[in-house]
Amino acid sequence: MNTIPKKSFVQKWHVKAIIWTVIILALFIASCVMTGVDVGAFLTGFNQFMQIFYEMLKPDWSYVPFTIQPIIQTIQMALIGTLIGSIVAVPFSVLAARNIVTNTLVRGVIRFILNLVRTLPDLMLAAIFVAVVGIGPMAGVLTLAIFSFGMISKLFYEAIETIDMGPIEALTAAGATKTQVVWFAVLPQVYNHFLSYFLYTFEINVRASTILGYLGAGGIGELLQRSLGQFRYDRTAIVVIGTFIVVVVVDTLSNQLRERLQ
Amino acid sequence: MTIKKTFWQKYEAWIWAAVFVLIYIWAFSGIPVTGIQAVAGEVTKSILNGLFHPDFSYVYTGDGEDLVSLLLQTLAIAFAGTLASAIFSIPFAFWAARTKKGGLHVTSSTGKLFLTIVRTFPEIVMAIMFIKAVGPGPFAGVLAVSFHSIGMLGKLFAEAVEEIDRRPAEAIIAAGGTQFDVLVHATIPAVIPEFISLTLYRFEIAVRSASILGLVGAGGIGAPLIFAIGTRWWPRVAIILLGIIVMVTVIDFLSGYLRKKLV
Amino acid sequence: MQEGTPIIEFKDVNKVYPNGTVGLDNINLTINQGEFVVIVGLSGAGKSTLLRAANRLHDVSSGEILIDGQSIVTAKGKQLREVRRNIAMIFQNFNLVKRSTVEKNILNGRVGYYPTWKTIFGLFSAADKQQAAANLQRVNLGEKLYSRADELSGGQQQRVAIARALMQEPKIMLADEPIASLDPRTTMMVMDDLKKLNEELGITVIVNLHSVSLAKQYASRVVGLRAGKLVYDKQIADVQDGDFDEIYDGKDQEVKGA
Ligand SMILES: Nc1ncnc2c1ncn2[C@@H]1O[C@H](COP(=O)(O)OP(=O)(O)OP(=O)(O)O)[C@@H](O)[C@H]1O
Ligand SMILES: [Mg+2]
Repeated sequence: MNTIPKKSFVQKWHVKAIIWTVIILALFIASCVMTGVDVGAFLTGFNQFMQIFYEMLKPDWSYVPFTIQPIIQTIQMALIGTLIGSIVAVPFSVLAARNIVTNTLVRGVIRFILNLVRTLPDLMLAAIFVAVVGIGPMAGVLTLAIFSFGMISKLFYEAIETIDMGPIEALTAAGATKTQVVWFAVLPQVYNHFLSYFLYTFEINVRASTILGYLGAGGIGELLQRSLGQFRYDRTAIVVIGTFIVVVVVDTLSNQLRERLQ
Repeated sequence: MTIKKTFWQKYEAWIWAAVFVLIYIWAFSGIPVTGIQAVAGEVTKSILNGLFHPDFSYVYTGDGEDLVSLLLQTLAIAFAGTLASAIFSIPFAFWAARTKKGGLHVTSSTGKLFLTIVRTFPEIVMAIMFIKAVGPGPFAGVLAVSFHSIGMLGKLFAEAVEEIDRRPAEAIIAAGGTQFDVLVHATIPAVIPEFISLTLYRFEIAVRSASILGLVGAGGIGAPLIFAIGTRWWPRVAIILLGIIVMVTVIDFLSGYLRKKLV
Repeated sequence: MQEGTPIIEFKDVNKVYPNGTVGLDNINLTINQGEFVVIVGLSGAGKSTLLRAANRLHDVSSGEILIDGQSIVTAKGKQLREVRRNIAMIFQNFNLVKRSTVEKNILNGRVGYYPTWKTIFGLFSAADKQQAAANLQRVNLGEKLYSRADELSGGQQQRVAIARALMQEPKIMLADEPIASLDPRTTMMVMDDLKKLNEELGITVIVNLHSVSLAKQYASRVVGLRAGKLVYDKQIADVQDGDFDEIYDGKDQEVKGA
């Protein structure tokens, strides 16, 4: 006689899925209450929203010349921030890699620092750096340097953790110092990854740098803040379009280069 | 016997290095280093001093304007925004996903373009537009997070749809099933875990952005933070920073744990 | 060159891995200058462990290992690196830096002779660069100097690894199953290369092998390991055909326990 194996109660009624759904729904409702979600208000206010949108649909093209210099500055900030961030990231990532540093304490401390840095939102860093070094692109550069340092260190050490350990043994056996081992056996294996991640981080930094100016940290974001403050949404539109073009161009170029690195 | 390197072998690295150096000379020329304030050292000192003496009295006061309440509000903005966005992203993902091979992809290309535009549209601007619509407060934050997230989640979902294994779908078609059967029995089961994992990942990002949306009045912990920075109230800044760090760390950990369990 | 002087001495060497596995069990072994020693034994017998103890890629648990009269067990820092410099090693998987050129890989064998900062700026002497090319020609790959290592076949890579090892001007060459991933013809080439270094340059060679026939063909002395113990040690002239059955089929501990 054929007997069909019985599903357990938990399987049969998808108990887990149901519990999760209930939890998520409860959290969602709680979140909506806490944040005062009000669909009615949204619908009645929607024409306000659309009004800004309509104004943005009639961009003030005469504003374009004023955006060129800030856009260039945005790219320059992103370039420098990425460079500083990645240079500092190299030693940190080597020290954070499980296969290079066997000392769990050193690795733990380094990773703790990296995790800490990665928790800080970019605009928050910008606000602090503007307070420290004053309004201007320096604050933006420092923000991007710290922001990309956290991100790129993680990408770097994960790349290092996938390398072939053979050359490390070979160099060690030849009497190399630790530094020589890293320089000759580790870095050559990862520098393509490094370059690729460098470009990727640059893309992200370009995106990030377009809004840092909102807090006074240089670049195109300053115009964003100014036009919004003056309710000149036709100019905001120009800034948004400029941002879009820059981001797309940089992404495309960087993607092309990264593909060549494969 | 002597072996000669070709021109390219010999100079490639140098040429790239030169290009790189030139780009950076250009970049540095655009950033005035003179921008450092005379008081920078002093401010740094007071910040560090403040960081070592966080204003613990702010942690909980019971008036709803304290650290814990506002961090919870930040989380609520991120959670509601992300979940709503995940649901709205699904149709966009199917719009932008390229599921058939060869030929032109007018539909998927316009979908992708749309998502790129949404993704690039500054979240801050979006928040301000929503503030005009519903007034300042966390609800505007929820709206900004959910609309902005569609740009990224839609793209990630679309990529997940593109990458699913086509063979179960073919099996269903071969067995005489309809496109609807394919959707229900092959596509959805395959993409659900992937979608959940991506949503969790996006939630981690949303928590970070929700904690700064307050800068423009869209609720959460951002407003008191920017106020404290503006008034150079460093002990207050310090406690808020600590709060954000703890919150983000806990969320990253939980989300990472759940994502690991999913695969 | 004085043949017959000890160059490697293992004295009561034990090695227990952190997980409790016994790698080496009370090894006493003296290898003399100019010998071509082949180590045989079943997989897991401890051959690699023995070689890696000799240049301290692995630390031993107890006992003493002398290289040219100097302890490598207690050596530290610069002293350790200088001992290692005299001991070249080649590996089953070649261990080349795949993305670097052959020339760079060969020069990697020389870094122990330079201060760190000089090597980082690539300041190898012209004489060493010449030597790198010459070593590559010695293994008949002269024209590959500027190729990337991953463009070479396995056999070619192993010969590059030999050229790299030669850059160390070693007194001792350790080879851990250098031919395990090579075809029969390339195997012969690599083994011939090793034999040539042994005969022409007087380098003491120690090779781990799985092949008994190769051992008989090339070795001047055969050492057998089983479960971390030294169970066989004869000059090639004394090796009998049946001997190897003893190493390979002898009751090893796992069998005994079963
Ligand atoms: N890193 C390690 N940790 C724990 N045990 C190890 C480690 N390396 C080797 N061993 C164990 O030590 C014993 C000897 O290993 P070894 O690699 O020296 O053998 P071998 O004779 O070289 O074998 P093969 O012919 O397969 O290369 C084996 O039982 C092995 O499992
Ligand atoms: Mg072995």
